[in-house]
Amino acid sequence: MEKEKIRIGCGAGFSGDRLEPSEILAEKGNLDYLVLECLAERTISLAQKRKKENPLLGYDPLLERRIQRLLPILIKKKVRLITNMGAANPIEGGKKIIEIADQLGLKVKVAIVHGDDVFNQLDLNEKTLESGAPLSSYRNIVSANAYLGIDSILPALETDADIVLTGRVADPSLFLAPMVKELGWDRMDSTILGQGTVLGHLMECAGQITGGYFADPVSKPVPDMDILGHPILEVSKDGTGIISKAQGTGGLISTQTAKEQLLYEVLDPYAYYTPDVIANFSKVQIEEIGTNQIRISGGDGNPAPETLKVSVGYEAGYLSEGEISYAGANAKERAFLAGEIIEKRISEAFDEFRVDYIGLSSLHGTALSKDSVPYEVRLRVAGKTQDSTLSTLVGEEVEALYTNGPAGGGGARKNTHQLMGIVSILMDRTLITPKLTLIESK
Amino acid sequence: MKTKLSKIAHGRAGDKGNTLLLSLIPYDPLNFEKLVKNVTAERVKSHLHHQLKGEIKRFVLPELKAIQFICQDSLGTGVTTSIAMDTHGKSLSYALLEMEIEIN
Repeated sequence: MEKEKIRIGCGAGFSGDRLEPSEILAEKGNLDYLVLECLAERTISLAQKRKKENPLLGYDPLLERRIQRLLPILIKKKVRLITNMGAANPIEGGKKIIEIADQLGLKVKVAIVHGDDVFNQLDLNEKTLESGAPLSSYRNIVSANAYLGIDSILPALETDADIVLTGRVADPSLFLAPMVKELGWDRMDSTILGQGTVLGHLMECAGQITGGYFADPVSKPVPDMDILGHPILEVSKDGTGIISKAQGTGGLISTQTAKEQLLYEVLDPYAYYTPDVIANFSKVQIEEIGTNQIRISGGDGNPAPETLKVSVGYEAGYLSEGEISYAGANAKERAFLAGEIIEKRISEAFDEFRVDYIGLSSLHGTALSKDSVPYEVRLRVAGKTQDSTLSTLVGEEVEALYTNGPAGGGGARKNTHQLMGIVSILMDRTLITPKLTLIESK
Repeated sequence: MKTKLSKIAHGRAGDKGNTLLLSLIPYDPLNFEKLVKNVTAERVKSHLHHQLKGEIKRFVLPELKAIQFICQDSLGTGVTTSIAMDTHGKSLSYALLEMEIEIN
């Protein structure tokens, strides 16, 4: 039966997000649905690598912890969970959820949405959106996942599953799917899908609309950030959304927080492409209707594109990194000397090499900080190489500054990690078939 | 009189591959037209020339009272493979707010 309103919480805006806000939402949010968005572009490639090393892994690394803590609350409060924590291996992630439910003595049904993995369908002549170069010019491609939309999630919602677990789906679709199902929206109505996508986009980064990533104690103060609450969306049949948060949580929801999030990562506010609709954000109305309560309307859209975006992951070599700090008299000059020493010693061995002075110019270059004289400066050196034998060299050389470099260097740290690059292609959506697999407790 | 954008506006940076996105939102909607007049794509390019290497497109959003800049080729080799400190360019929202404009 169609509802007049539904309530959706967003308890995670990225894979490593805090755990407590989702528990508070499930417990106190009076929710119909809880969404956990845990899959950034690169996260799925890293997950594909884990799956390659162990075919039982490749789902979100925090899936077990999140499900263990949330499942009893979700079942008690009858809140359905929709999450992309399936990452590169939704099937094994689903089995893990059943296993956790068994341990907790709970019964659960999981609807697994997959079919986003299109690695075996890749045409290496396809040109990437980023560079125009063909995929064949990228060595060691490890993953290819298409962004699925609501048409992949809706069949899962039609079942009586307690949890919908997906791989790569477009983030706003995680929210739009339950709106379409519960409010009986017409899937051909681009205006309502555009408005729903606006709401999903505002919600998908969780704390980023409740004052997280907004706060500035001088110009944009936000109260009680240590207990920042995550957002709750109440959507009406006509598409109007009200965003709030649970009582007793910290943070701020205002026109300002909403505007920052509305435009976040938006390449064209007049045409925001998702698998479901090309949404128009330009006429969105945001009204403050109470404390930490805003009403959103005015989203619009045009029919969905014929193609879906596919994120292709490739191994891009190694980042080799080292840091050391200098403070007090001539700190800047000693850091500069240290940087010069390292550059002369090893820079030529690397494909890319850079020296940064943290506290001075590491983020915005020298143009905006040229007269700055900080008390302390941290040298940071980074090199990129395809050669694994060089991958630790920068850190080693920076550490060696202790006995071979300027006076008073302290706190040397070294770091090496493998770089996973992401490029995108477009694929004809008729070539991509979403799949649904149901599993449940015995 | 000159003022820093940080006194009258706020914003957030986002990223898509090697493209940097910067929003600029006035605290007081009455300052929107001043931003539209003074903070052109060309001025943003010259203010952050060391970082922004490609074409800059500006979207003016009169109903939202906000501006969005789409800055191509501005994040080194792109978020996932850049060796910069701030690979996403997330801190660059505040670099834009360092710009000074003339207001009366």
